[in-house]
Amino acid sequence: MKMIPVETTINGDRTEFLCNSDESLLDVLRDRLGLTGAKEGCGTGDCGACSVTLNGRLVCSCLVLGVEVDGAEVETIEGMADGEMLHPLQRIFIEEAALQCGICTPGILIAAKSLLEKNPDPTDTEVRYWLAGNLCRCTGYDKIIKAVQKAAAEMRAA
Amino acid sequence: MHESGCAAFAPFAESWKTQMRYVKPESFEAASAVLVAEQGIARILTGGTDVLVMLKAEVVEPDLMVDIKHLPGMRDIVSEDGGYRIGAAVSSAQLGEHAGVKAMWPGVVEGAELIGSTQVQNRATMVGNLCTASPAADSVPALVTANAMARVHGPDGARDVPVVDIPIAPGKTSLLKGEFISSIYLPARPDHAADAYLRFIPRTEMDIAVSSAAVSLELDASGTVTAACVALGAVAPTVRLVPDAGAALIGTKLDAAAIAGLVAAAEAACSPITDKRGTIEFRTKTAGVLAKRAAHIAYSRAGGKT
Repeated sequence: MKMIPVETTINGDRTEFLCNSDESLLDVLRDRLGLTGAKEGCGTGDCGACSVTLNGRLVCSCLVLGVEVDGAEVETIEGMADGEMLHPLQRIFIEEAALQCGICTPGILIAAKSLLEKNPDPTDTEVRYWLAGNLCRCTGYDKIIKAVQKAAAEMRAA
Repeated sequence: MHESGCAAFAPFAESWKTQMRYVKPESFEAASAVLVAEQGIARILTGGTDVLVMLKAEVVEPDLMVDIKHLPGMRDIVSEDGGYRIGAAVSSAQLGEHAGVKAMWPGVVEGAELIGSTQVQNRATMVGNLCTASPAADSVPALVTANAMARVHGPDGARDVPVVDIPIAPGKTSLLKGEFISSIYLPARPDHAADAYLRFIPRTEMDIAVSSAAVSLELDASGTVTAACVALGAVAPTVRLVPDAGAALIGTKLDAAAIAGLVAAAEAACSPITDKRGTIEFRTKTAGVLAKRAAHIAYSRAGGKT
């Protein structure tokens, strides 16, 4: 099969890869670039476990073709912490036990970060609607909402 | 949110399937030319929220994927003759962030904003929703009541087609080989005009409409309806424009008799199916109720007081 060369920026780093035309961005990230933070839950855009941002927009990487990100900027969970320093959302998710199995967590963190960049002081309802495309089968969501709000408050105060 | 249906049984498909070709044509003419030349299955890629789901599920296995979202105007919303031209690759989220479109055509925007999650909103497009041609497409009824026009590019150049004429059956459009939609035009509005879209789903969000209704109204200065368009979704093979339902409202201030006429005409226009989402009776009943409620919302938005 003829592979297609793609040049993109991932978490601020210029990145080049070869992929097949029908390969999803999620498969490229996980299988070609070793960025396994984004997870495949459903593969059809319903669960949000593969969430990344593409040119600043939150998307499901399973519903983006790898070839589509040529010239684009992609942010994944791997770019969220600053070296050893966790992002406030990451730290507070641990402190508040807002995760159990952890499969949905990278997607939820990316989605929550994207929300707080757009709306630093959301209501609980706004958080719930924004995260409606990120399914979690463990927590029942309450701890996730609380953790997002606590992180939002800390980030507003910073 | 993504209706997948059943993949056809294709024995040994992997062994002889050739790799899908992905192209980014440099112009509308070039896009049309590659579509015309393609012998196999071709699909247009803008948001990908339907086409990539179908690809993944092997419901459709395209030989050619034509990415057109880099072409001029595809991601732009521009003022034109008092209305707005919306590029085919404008996402629902981008549409919802546009104050001008939201003020002029609030029902169109609320239809588009009901589709899927935040993630899907950031990719999904009205044109994609239109071309997937689901009877339950949330963004289509309000485009129909807006008398929106689709700009269709093809081998013989561009033509403008009323949105209502694009879907012809579930999953089928009137577009010919080599044709694709580059933008949607929402016309100008007079004063005292507004629209609204409502759907019924059994949960809070992220579901496919069981039935839906869009209403667009124009009022005179006294609040009397001078023009009315009503369209219903998920109650027929395609989104259905219901002229009798609109006619029932003209010359009224949405009094009880006018609303009764609207509901009766809406119910009479329904020819739904019974499936896991709802029965024929339920769809018909709720379509009438939604038309009534959408009419009141549109009336209030247009400045009318009942």
